[in-house]
Amino acid sequence: MACSATTRIIHNPLAISSSRSAEKSDFSCKILSPSSFWGSASLGKKLLSVNKAISPISRRSATVVAVSDVVKEKKLKSSSSVSNLLITKEEGLVLYEDMVLGRAFEDMCAQMYYRGKMFGFVHLYNGQEAVSTGFIKLLKKEDCVVSTYRDHVHALSKGVPARQVMSELFGKTTGCCRGQGGSMHMFSKEHNVLGGFAFIGEGIPVATGAAFTSKYKREVLKEDCDEVTLAFFGDGTCNNGQFFECLNMAALWKLPIVFVVENNLWAIGMSHLRATSDPEIWKKGPAFGMPGVHVDGMDVLKVREVAIEAVGRARRGEGPTLVECETYRFRGHSLADPDELRDPAEKAHYATRDPITALKKYILENKLASEAELKAIEKKIDEVVEDSVEFADKSPVPARSQLLENVFADPRGFGIGPDGKYRCEDPKFTEGTAQV
Amino acid sequence: MWLCSPLIHSYSSTSLSSRHRPNRHNPPPSPPPHPLTPPPRSSFSVKVACLIDLSSNLEVHCIERKTSFFFIHCDGSLTSGLNLSNSRSARLSTNAVATKQDNVTASTASKPGHELLLFEALREGLEEEMERDPRVCVMGEDVGHYGGSYKVTKGLAPKYGDLRVLDTPIAENSFTGMAIGAAMTGLRPIVEGMNMGFLLLAFNQISNNCGMLHYTSGGQFKIPIVIRGPGGVGRQLGAEHSQRLESYFQSIPGIQMVACSTPYNAKGLMKAAIRSDNPVILFEHVLLYNLKERIPDEEYVLNLEEAEMVRPGEHVTILTYSRMRYHVMQAAKTLVNKGYDPEVIDIRSLKPFDLYTIGNSVKKTHRVVIVEECMRTGGIGASLTASINENFHDYLDAPIVCLSSQDVPTPYAGTLEEWTVVQPAQIVAAVEQLCR
Repeated sequence: MACSATTRIIHNPLAISSSRSAEKSDFSCKILSPSSFWGSASLGKKLLSVNKAISPISRRSATVVAVSDVVKEKKLKSSSSVSNLLITKEEGLVLYEDMVLGRAFEDMCAQMYYRGKMFGFVHLYNGQEAVSTGFIKLLKKEDCVVSTYRDHVHALSKGVPARQVMSELFGKTTGCCRGQGGSMHMFSKEHNVLGGFAFIGEGIPVATGAAFTSKYKREVLKEDCDEVTLAFFGDGTCNNGQFFECLNMAALWKLPIVFVVENNLWAIGMSHLRATSDPEIWKKGPAFGMPGVHVDGMDVLKVREVAIEAVGRARRGEGPTLVECETYRFRGHSLADPDELRDPAEKAHYATRDPITALKKYILENKLASEAELKAIEKKIDEVVEDSVEFADKSPVPARSQLLENVFADPRGFGIGPDGKYRCEDPKFTEGTAQV
Repeated sequence: MWLCSPLIHSYSSTSLSSRHRPNRHNPPPSPPPHPLTPPPRSSFSVKVACLIDLSSNLEVHCIERKTSFFFIHCDGSLTSGLNLSNSRSARLSTNAVATKQDNVTASTASKPGHELLLFEALREGLEEEMERDPRVCVMGEDVGHYGGSYKVTKGLAPKYGDLRVLDTPIAENSFTGMAIGAAMTGLRPIVEGMNMGFLLLAFNQISNNCGMLHYTSGGQFKIPIVIRGPGGVGRQLGAEHSQRLESYFQSIPGIQMVACSTPYNAKGLMKAAIRSDNPVILFEHVLLYNLKERIPDEEYVLNLEEAEMVRPGEHVTILTYSRMRYHVMQAAKTLVNKGYDPEVIDIRSLKPFDLYTIGNSVKKTHRVVIVEECMRTGGIGASLTASINENFHDYLDAPIVCLSSQDVPTPYAGTLEEWTVVQPAQIVAAVEQLCR
């Protein structure tokens, strides 16, 4: 885990060698055979080499610097030995805390679900924390994050208080969406979390729109705006039309967006290999004229390195990037999923690559912090999560009066009733019992 | 509360009937009442002017006062009391059918107004709003360089630039989603569907995101988007280009739908829709783009939730919208010659219905005919029938007659196409049957 990121941003399909194979050889202890990497032993698909020339014509003209070159440059410039590391102590602790928060929160969600405190579809993020932390911790408050139904941890990483997220899950009125959204619709205007979408692929155009606003503000309104949008979605979404349509539009207009694919190899019970003609998602970026990168999504430092470059590109106005993070979810698709289809060996293998354990190891080995400090963080997070549950428990359920609020931004949209008054003026409207 | 209580007497100078009721639309009585005399500067209807004259111990509140322009309610000639034959005959214009000239105010004496076609009126409204607010932008296929397939956005791209009048690739779902994302982050986009039928591809975004996001985000994000485009049965355009999407969209909670039918209301509704913070779908009709009318020079904005009184009458209420308004007016000519006195209301607001105007009419005539271009099954007429039955059942002397298009994919052949939509002869027959 102490190795530096060796992913390369593949500019076009004619790049030299497959990033994945290079990466594999650098793993300090985990040399994998291709079949176990892909999850299902029976398929045993070989790792594809990019050396197969696919598209002979390179359409891009902008140059993209490979991450490894950037990292090497940084190393050459700095003098102290500490700079050999990818993160400082403060950064390390921030990353660690964020991932522990994500894990502890999701574990608590599972407990609460089985105790009957929350219902419906709850999708947990265990195992994928490196992606969320690696990307979102680089953002400013004004940058936007768009996610899917597996959005609790994205909201937490972006800064939404755990209390608000837990309340939302309990369906209480103090939740971030007043209890009206639920697990799959986490929104926060303050922290610029634009959702939370139940249908996959639905959020990608919204993210593209947020990036469009950023460009619009810069070019039409002439504001000093370099806000970036991150769109998170999974491998299943990458077969959806909205994904491709948005890749096209984002590259066409050079929108400041990063498309982050959390490829955890499974879409409920559908293996990525069974659903996709060409499973290497990062390759689809260059087809639309943007760089496609593949990165080990179980390693937060590698994700962070790629993210720095991709977010930097977007901020500088160089356009979008497609980042495929190879990651894995330790739990089932949702709390209702019995998770019987996945090979236990595969699950065991990824359990050994737990991103939190890996980061802890990195921090301790490089003496960035002591065991005690990390334990203190864990304890603090436990308290935060406990407090959020308490808060959510004590919060009131929404009153009936909340039923008709927020349907329209302008409640005159409910129209004019037979008595000539707007329906929203009916006193029963605020009680939630009006006829609308 | 912007409406006076029912205890306030109507403003008519004639004796009050025992069934006086609050009358929002009563214009000033002095000669000859122009249906659309602009009221003094106040945000809502003329009734505010009325109320000022009345007893001062009544509290009058206006929701908002806008002093830079005035709202005009295109209604105006409702009689103030029921069964007052003298007032009725005084108001009835000798011209049986309200022609376009009658419907339009020539505004103040100093400004004569200007004549233009409906698509130009839409463009004028759009341009005024784009001038007024730099966040207003247009997105759609061929809206920029091509000027719009019906020329509604002609000349806007050279003036405002390619980003403000954005030519999108052919990806309705995604660019509608993009517009929604942009609306969430501060812009006010107008999405043009080249033909409303294409928006079937955007149904995912319109239903899930456009309609619902304000609610599921607990009111945090508003979606001030306008979705517009031509629909309806044209001249042998074939089944797929002749669709009426209002029936499919009407169930989506959180959106408003309006249909324009004259240059005057096209411009007014366009402006109102853009200024509204709610998502509004503006239905235009392919065959109405070349209608010519004289509209005021002053700026005006119409009310999204109100219906328009086209021709006051006594015998039967005919409710219609969009192109069918003209079939109805043609039928009305015949009906008047046969001695009937139909009251024609252009409902304009398809969702929500203006039950006040409609209700007042039903209470007067006790007979309703709905003439629409939607399909018989599940169309606007079906909803309107249910709504009127629910609210005004006691006032009906006969079951509501709903004339809709046949539940048939619009055929290409001209003769067949003619038989799928309601023709004036059918309207005449229905009214005669009803008034027997």
